[in-house]
Amino acid sequence: MSVNNTRMVSFDGTTPKARRLNARQTQAIAKATIWAAAVLVILILFAIIFYILSKGIPELDWEFVSEIPSDMGRSGGILSPIIGTLAVTAVAIVIAAPLGVGTAFYLTEYTYEGGITRIIRFGAESLAGIPSIVYGLFGFIFFVIYLKLGWSIVSGGLTLAVMILPTIIRTSEEAIRTVPQIYREVSLSLGGTRWQTITRAVVPSALPGIATGVILGIGRCVAETAAVILTAGSALRIPTSIFAPTRTMAVHFYILAREGISMERAYGTAALLIILILLINIVANILVNRFVARGR
Amino acid sequence: MRFSEKIPGRVLLVIAFSALSALVLITVFIFVEGVPLIARVGVFNFIFGMKWAPSQGAFGIFPMIVGSLSVTLGAIILGVPIALCCAIFLTEFAPATVRNAIRPAIQLLAGIPSVVYGFWGLIFVVPLIRNYIGGPGLSILAGSIILAIMILPTIISISEVSLLALPPPYREGAFALGATQWQTIHGVLLPAARSGILAAVILGMGRAIGETMAVIMVLGNAVAMPSSILDPARTLTTNIGIEMAYAAGEHRQALFATGIVLLVMIMILNSVAQYALRRRQDER
Repeated sequence: MSVNNTRMVSFDGTTPKARRLNARQTQAIAKATIWAAAVLVILILFAIIFYILSKGIPELDWEFVSEIPSDMGRSGGILSPIIGTLAVTAVAIVIAAPLGVGTAFYLTEYTYEGGITRIIRFGAESLAGIPSIVYGLFGFIFFVIYLKLGWSIVSGGLTLAVMILPTIIRTSEEAIRTVPQIYREVSLSLGGTRWQTITRAVVPSALPGIATGVILGIGRCVAETAAVILTAGSALRIPTSIFAPTRTMAVHFYILAREGISMERAYGTAALLIILILLINIVANILVNRFVARGR
Repeated sequence: MRFSEKIPGRVLLVIAFSALSALVLITVFIFVEGVPLIARVGVFNFIFGMKWAPSQGAFGIFPMIVGSLSVTLGAIILGVPIALCCAIFLTEFAPATVRNAIRPAIQLLAGIPSVVYGFWGLIFVVPLIRNYIGGPGLSILAGSIILAIMILPTIISISEVSLLALPPPYREGAFALGATQWQTIHGVLLPAARSGILAAVILGMGRAIGETMAVIMVLGNAVAMPSSILDPARTLTTNIGIEMAYAAGEHRQALFATGIVLLVMIMILNSVAQYALRRRQDER
């Protein structure tokens, strides 16, 4: 118990100056303020989304998503940034998903809480706090320069893989922990090995939760700018291999908006990004709800 | 144990060290690239130097440290009260249906790309400041407002978890003594959840200090020392974000050195937050 005793005494929670207000009035004021704050947060969210979509959706048509940008992005569509986004994200997920999910299984199924898990958790927690621009610096000096991968889809994808690793570890770990212990006990009592127990009893049940983590990772890759611009470059050609430089949609939007190349195309790109993020969030939520429903 | 049973455990152990190895690699490579410059310029001159002019060999990042700290402080002042109220709303006031509608919305707020926040700030917030408050609009104030919005999801979700984790007797006891909802929140719940809320605020600070793209678009990026919140400024992150595109040689090393300062600040903040979170668990 750590409840502050001095505060408990002044139970109406008022300072001497405001003592004219009685408990019922402070309650009413506090309630109104708290409701107002929640409404404000929702209003800000809608203001941003509505503003970008209302300006951007009119720009969206088939040409916009099917043509290569020309004249630095002033005309044409955004096909190559779309391909760039998909390619970089795919590389990131292919690397980060097995590593993240594997780490989560090790932490939950293969060991007891102790020195090793503490060190591993420290690594993941610290990684989660590192700013994306520092990932960009690291990706640039390590993948682009030191490993001589150049500005490329691999460099960008590997950098993003490191960045989303903590997200995937944390969500997978939570998903695996919610699998009821009885599943494991039944499997083991039937003579199943530990590996069989994991693959046949735990994985099927934890899968929606693990998928949610991976999908949230995809969302972070799609939204990222600082880390990819330093590692994947900003080339506008359609990449021919994973060692070619590319430009993601977020980077394309940033360059269009910051250099004032084309506000219409910038709004269109932003609208497409927002729609993509909306879809990703909806899918993640459906999975979470199904997971919660089945867990009961 | 059969041989084939041992393999998965060994493989998973190796995989489990991937995050830690990445952390070590990141730290080593950023330090190896940046430390030589700090050694040449001197730690004091680098951190407290007032002049940043890479072409003349002047590498002082004090104005940017001030820039980073002031936008972060502004974001905390503007964002924390709103986020805390929102967390209290979700745990204490909101009916279940409202709560279930707001949670995904806050999650969505966390998913919006930072460039989009920056762009919205540039189009929407910056002109408002220029026209109604004064100055060039591109300013510390604009940066603080955008960052305050961006750190809302972090602070809301961690505070909410801390409030939800309080044992039910805390609320029941206060209500049984005849306390109103607000008296319960103010006198019992917030003090009891303070470690978690502190961690939430510190992690929010970490996000604000580390944010790059949104800040680049609304802060004006001037290298001079800002004298008011209506002045443009430059942060440690935007310094890297803007100049990495063309930096080479000593200049590039200076940007990695800026990254070291940023990394150290973030590591300190995260350690404090982790300590606070662990204390929260121990209090149980």
